[in-house]
Amino acid sequence: MSTAVVTTPVGRMTALARAELTLLGRSKGTLFAALFVPLVMPVSVREAAKGMDLAEAGLSLGTVVLPASIGFSLLYAVYTTLVSVYTGRREELVLKRLRTGELKDTEILTGAALPAVATGLAQCLVLAVGCTVLLDLGAPRAPHLAVLGLLLGIVLCASLAAVTASFTRTVESAQVTTLPVTFISMLCSGMFFPLEVLPDRVASVCELLPLTPVITLIRGGWTGELSAYEVIGPVVTGLAWAVLGVLAVRRWFRWEPRH
Amino acid sequence: MNTNEHEHVIEVTDLRRVYGGGFEAVRGISFSVDRGEVFALLGTNGAGKTSTVELLEGLARPAGGNVRVLGHDPYAERDVVRPRTGVMLQEGGFPSELTVAETARMWAGCVSGAMPQAEALERVGLGRRAGVRVKQLSGGERRRLDLALALLGRPEVLFLDEPTTGLDAEGRRETWELVRELRDAGTTVLLTTHYLEEAENLADRLAILHEGRIAAAGTPAQVTAAQPSRISFELPEGYFVGDLPPLDDMGVCEHEVDGRAVRLRTRELQRTATRLLVWADTARVELRRLDVRSASLEEAFLGIAREAAQAAGTKEYAA
Repeated sequence: MSTAVVTTPVGRMTALARAELTLLGRSKGTLFAALFVPLVMPVSVREAAKGMDLAEAGLSLGTVVLPASIGFSLLYAVYTTLVSVYTGRREELVLKRLRTGELKDTEILTGAALPAVATGLAQCLVLAVGCTVLLDLGAPRAPHLAVLGLLLGIVLCASLAAVTASFTRTVESAQVTTLPVTFISMLCSGMFFPLEVLPDRVASVCELLPLTPVITLIRGGWTGELSAYEVIGPVVTGLAWAVLGVLAVRRWFRWEPRH
Repeated sequence: MNTNEHEHVIEVTDLRRVYGGGFEAVRGISFSVDRGEVFALLGTNGAGKTSTVELLEGLARPAGGNVRVLGHDPYAERDVVRPRTGVMLQEGGFPSELTVAETARMWAGCVSGAMPQAEALERVGLGRRAGVRVKQLSGGERRRLDLALALLGRPEVLFLDEPTTGLDAEGRRETWELVRELRDAGTTVLLTTHYLEEAENLADRLAILHEGRIAAAGTPAQVTAAQPSRISFELPEGYFVGDLPPLDDMGVCEHEVDGRAVRLRTRELQRTATRLLVWADTARVELRRLDVRSASLEEAFLGIAREAAQAAGTKEYAA
């Protein structure tokens, strides 16, 4: 006991993340959705974007397809995957067991999220390289905005996943409970249609959705056309959603199945 | 502070727990457990055992009263307490797709001062099942995996919530043996059980919970001694309880008659038995199905449940 190795938050989360990575590799359905969908969806966006008048909105094929693709990756590799992970672990009473040890609640949720987040980040990298090469997209002109958008997106998707998991009873029903966030984000957060091509009034409502700031910042990161003033709106909206998400998790997240 | 043998490792004072719906599961209980002691919480389902243990484990905040584990509040000061405790929940899970070894490796990364994982698995007899997925384990094996993980951090205090439920007789004996070894090595063990035999075999001291209160506490011998012994028999045709010598005189403190079956309770078993048998011999009466037994923990447990039920004005436990 005297030579005891004391665990650290990083050590504990790494141990948990390692186990989750093994589990991700063994869950074929989740793996398929996380890896395949985000790499296929960009093709359909590309087809849709070809029919839009992008030049008038100051956009190119690349600056439409890449932010959308990163959005898909966040939605499928991070958000949808994590809803299954959180729900599955809760229903198997794993979360309950983990809470008896030294792991803190935040460490459990973060550690379990790491493999999905890493998958999402790796995809974003692949997509960025792919779009640069295939769609003639230049280097990002304001990379800090793209990075900020991506980080916001990850925190948002993880906390949205935890909230969604709170009212998801089984891993199977996660296929349904994830639809609202997924569809609303795809249609209204500037993924399928850039907000620039929507009517102003619709666009200003869409700007308030959780993933819109993420897409806006990433797109701005590549176009470099967001002024300092134009950055404030999305950053404030994104941070507000992130804070709201974290509060909602603390308030509503369920650690045990309903009896 | 670890050198004081009589130090209270667990101290519970007037503990209360109330659930969201207003149900009061724990209604003011107090007890303490010394270092190196095995303490059992006994009770029927719904008596408040798990509700109590969860408060000791620091999983919930009590509605009233006080808990101290190793001198600290296990809920508010969890950082200090958790590295020194091991927990086996009544119902706690592991990812079904991980193997036994992978599960142990994950947990080892989350506890301070972990022993080698193989050693922990070996101690519960799962050494040869290391490569098997959790979903392929039997219920008893899962219980033992849970126990292995509770032991992994070499805890000073071990909480075991119904550790042998679902185990076969052999598995149960092996678990008892392990708990004794741990106790002998200085580990303090608090366990819940509804197997009276388990408490009698394993516990240095115990408390019987009934409807959120402690109905009796002490060493198994003390709890048993507080209960009357029992003599039961059947009177032959034509004889009635009134034909026996005066019951007071025989030392009987309580009696029940059901048709010809008579049940006497006494705190002076030898006197009562002698008077009864001398009477039967003299009267040339054969007492059929004669059964004379000193109080066991089971008797004590049933007696306490019965008294509590009578006090509550119900007949629920009378059978």
